[in-house]
Amino acid sequence: MTGVFIQTAKYLMIALIITYTVQSFLVFFRHHAENVKRILFKEQMVLIYLFLSLGFLSMTAYTDDRQILVLFGFTLGVITLIQLVYRLIYVHGSVLLCNHMCILFGTGMLVLTRLDQAQAARQLVIGAVSIGITAFFPYLMFKKQDTFRKWKLVYLIVSAGLLLLVLLAGKTSYGAKISVSIGGISIQPVELVKLLYIFFLAAVYYEKQTLRIAIFAGGCTVAFLLILAAARDLGAALIFFVIYVGMTYAVYRKWVLLPAAAGIVVVAMIGAGKLIGHVSNRIIAWKNPLSAIDDQGYQISQSLFGIGTGSWMGSGLFMGRPKSIPVVSKDFIFSAISEELGAIVAICVILISLSTLLLFFRMAKSMQDPFYRWVSLGMGICYGFQVFLTIGGCIKLIPSTGVTFPLVSYGGSSLLVTFTMFALLESFYITTKKKDSR
Amino acid sequence: MKFWKFPKKKYQQKELSVLTILFAAAFLALIVYLVVFLAFESESFINNPYNKRIDALSEKTIRGSIYANDGTVLAYSTNDEVTNEEHRIYPYANLYAHVVGFPVNGKMGVESVTNFELLHSHSNVGERLKHAFTGEKNIGDGIVTTLDPTVQDAAYQALGNYRGAIVVLEVSTGRILGMVSKPDFDPNYISETFSILAEDNESATLLNRATQGRYAPGSTFKLLTTLEYIHENPKDYEDYRYTCTGKFRSDGKEIHCFHNKAHGDEDLVDSFTNSCNTSFASLGLTLDTKELTQICNKALFNQKVPFDLPTEKSYFTLASDASDAEIMETVIGQGKTLATPLQMTLITAAVDRSGKAPRPYVIDRVVNDEGRFVKSLATEGTISVMSAEDASLLKAYMRDVVTDGTGRALNTDAYTAYGKTGTAEYNAAGDSHAWFIGFANQPGKEDIAIAVIMEGAGSGSSFAAPAAKTVFDSYYLK
Repeated sequence: MTGVFIQTAKYLMIALIITYTVQSFLVFFRHHAENVKRILFKEQMVLIYLFLSLGFLSMTAYTDDRQILVLFGFTLGVITLIQLVYRLIYVHGSVLLCNHMCILFGTGMLVLTRLDQAQAARQLVIGAVSIGITAFFPYLMFKKQDTFRKWKLVYLIVSAGLLLLVLLAGKTSYGAKISVSIGGISIQPVELVKLLYIFFLAAVYYEKQTLRIAIFAGGCTVAFLLILAAARDLGAALIFFVIYVGMTYAVYRKWVLLPAAAGIVVVAMIGAGKLIGHVSNRIIAWKNPLSAIDDQGYQISQSLFGIGTGSWMGSGLFMGRPKSIPVVSKDFIFSAISEELGAIVAICVILISLSTLLLFFRMAKSMQDPFYRWVSLGMGICYGFQVFLTIGGCIKLIPSTGVTFPLVSYGGSSLLVTFTMFALLESFYITTKKKDSR
Repeated sequence: MKFWKFPKKKYQQKELSVLTILFAAAFLALIVYLVVFLAFESESFINNPYNKRIDALSEKTIRGSIYANDGTVLAYSTNDEVTNEEHRIYPYANLYAHVVGFPVNGKMGVESVTNFELLHSHSNVGERLKHAFTGEKNIGDGIVTTLDPTVQDAAYQALGNYRGAIVVLEVSTGRILGMVSKPDFDPNYISETFSILAEDNESATLLNRATQGRYAPGSTFKLLTTLEYIHENPKDYEDYRYTCTGKFRSDGKEIHCFHNKAHGDEDLVDSFTNSCNTSFASLGLTLDTKELTQICNKALFNQKVPFDLPTEKSYFTLASDASDAEIMETVIGQGKTLATPLQMTLITAAVDRSGKAPRPYVIDRVVNDEGRFVKSLATEGTISVMSAEDASLLKAYMRDVVTDGTGRALNTDAYTAYGKTGTAEYNAAGDSHAWFIGFANQPGKEDIAIAVIMEGAGSGSSFAAPAAKTVFDSYYLK
């Protein structure tokens, strides 16, 4: 009987997430009336609850582990909290964005529960706290909106300070210095610096848009990149670089920046491959993982074994071997999703992330205030590029960069900052709307 | 500074659209790459001994069967209803040991190469859906090989108690009909015997000598020496004359004919059919070593032979400044040259097929548990080994070996055989491996090519040629 339930649940989950994904694109393509949209969003909410319930219940049925039910309950709790905060406090915000937050965070919780219950529990606590904090954003935004755009030196000094702190006091893991331990809690300041840096760029460009300013911002970026390179955190360096290029391109409207940037990335990758040991390892692993399967290629080989063996339908939760992939709950969580829930679900996750990214850009477009627009755009680039790097690394489209999947991967700092970014986007959006309607 | 002035337009719609399109393209690239990987590359990628997940598939699937080309079951699994334990059974025990192989202890043979297919099921969809819910195991797909039980059995008997190998191949298609390697083992008990067999380097029982055994080719190499001589003397090779006294000496090295036999006056054909070492040592000294090396490389020396089971590279080297002694040894197939039986079979097949060897394969297709076709794993194509003129010349020479020379054991009216014997000395005491390579045809039947190597048996004409006859008889007289 358990077998029947688990199998039915697996196929139902695939059907549910496909429906959800299709709906999240329908909203873009057709101009529905508001009431139709409202029904669509409600349906999505039901789909999310059903999808997660089936997943958690089949894990409980398979393992007979009551703990999973506890985590299940709290996950639904946090998701309900997200819905409440965004429906009650962020009135007239984007419901689709809120739904996407719920399904991405929920799927992450599902897979984390499968992989490591202790991590799942910590992720829940941080998720709840983050949502609690973000509940105050609309209030802050409305009261202090003129202050944020004036603090450019504060952003710069705090960012630089945090980066230097990591470089000097950071712990090394997988060849890169990324975390600092404070009072026993390991935090990753770089996650916060990403956000501060976006604010810094937007504040600088908001004041004036001269060549001088662009060069000043570029100089600061290069300094950041050098610190990150010294800490061997090249994934983050790449993200900062792309944010700088994307935002500068949008502000100065010079298309030539894009091919120039692509060229710099390629040259830098080749250079780093030659000069930095752990980068060349990752490039070897990327070119032919099986040739170095005992060594550099082990992680990516296991990832592809998992995705390939799980195939389209997935092995079913607890029936694959995602734990054989090193750091699966962080950099390689996408592979775990694909292995056990199936590639169809994994592709839906990519599409939902794409839909999220489109929302970022769309909402940014609608903002008249250039400061808000540029911050939103920067956050969108940051989100989209991270998703691309982490999934691309899992499926071997690009070398692995050690970047986590926002909202899905395990990691407190990343989760807090990502929730903050989503909340900021929504607050800017509703603030703009309020201004317009006045 | 006007160029860098911020545009006065209120919105930067275009730039945002460009960024949106770039990111959307990157995301679609992720999806396309993932789909392509799963649809086309993942099966071969995940079929890797490091992928422990494949073994986990056996929890849901009863390993499929392996068949000979006529449907004879060579390996199958039973599932104990009570303990849910699977047993792999090889009804013919030692007969197909190396080629069929085993799925445990690092895996070997067809069992290893098709591990993934054997653990995947294309059985009735309704049945599979039912099993998904009941938790019963599906029956994995079967693998149909090209092996012919009659030929395999004959080859196995023909090799007798000698160590060595026999490869039999269908010339027109490259299908392997028989592949025997000895000493052998019983795969039914491989779990118990593996550690002993794996450590025994002296007998190397687990080595598939047919594809991975490397032997001095002995006189079978004279095919290539003859070719090179003809290339260098295209007009007057028929005028070649030599008087054999049983010995030939140069550079302080003495070459003997087998049993020091003096063959007397010979032309090139006689030298070839008598397998006269002294005549070849003498003409070998006139040859261009660079050209000879090229002929050998084309004949699959120093290259990976394409095949579905693991192969070893054959080896040939002859520097342009090689000593006379080394040249004399090399042109009669001694020296440093090493050849695998599979490669020698392909050279022979090329002689029969106007210089083009077929791409050999032993795994033909995947079928489901009811025998319905799932997919083909057969490889097509040819490998150019020599020119068509070269092939037809050698064919005539190899026919003479059977009618008038060292291969007379195969002279029969039932079919037309062609061949070359070889006696490869492997120690100072003059002990030798017996070689035979050749092919045969009979109207209405496919041509087949063979390579026989019998370690330490003695002369090719007394041991390997009769063994080849046993195999040809089994195929053409059944």
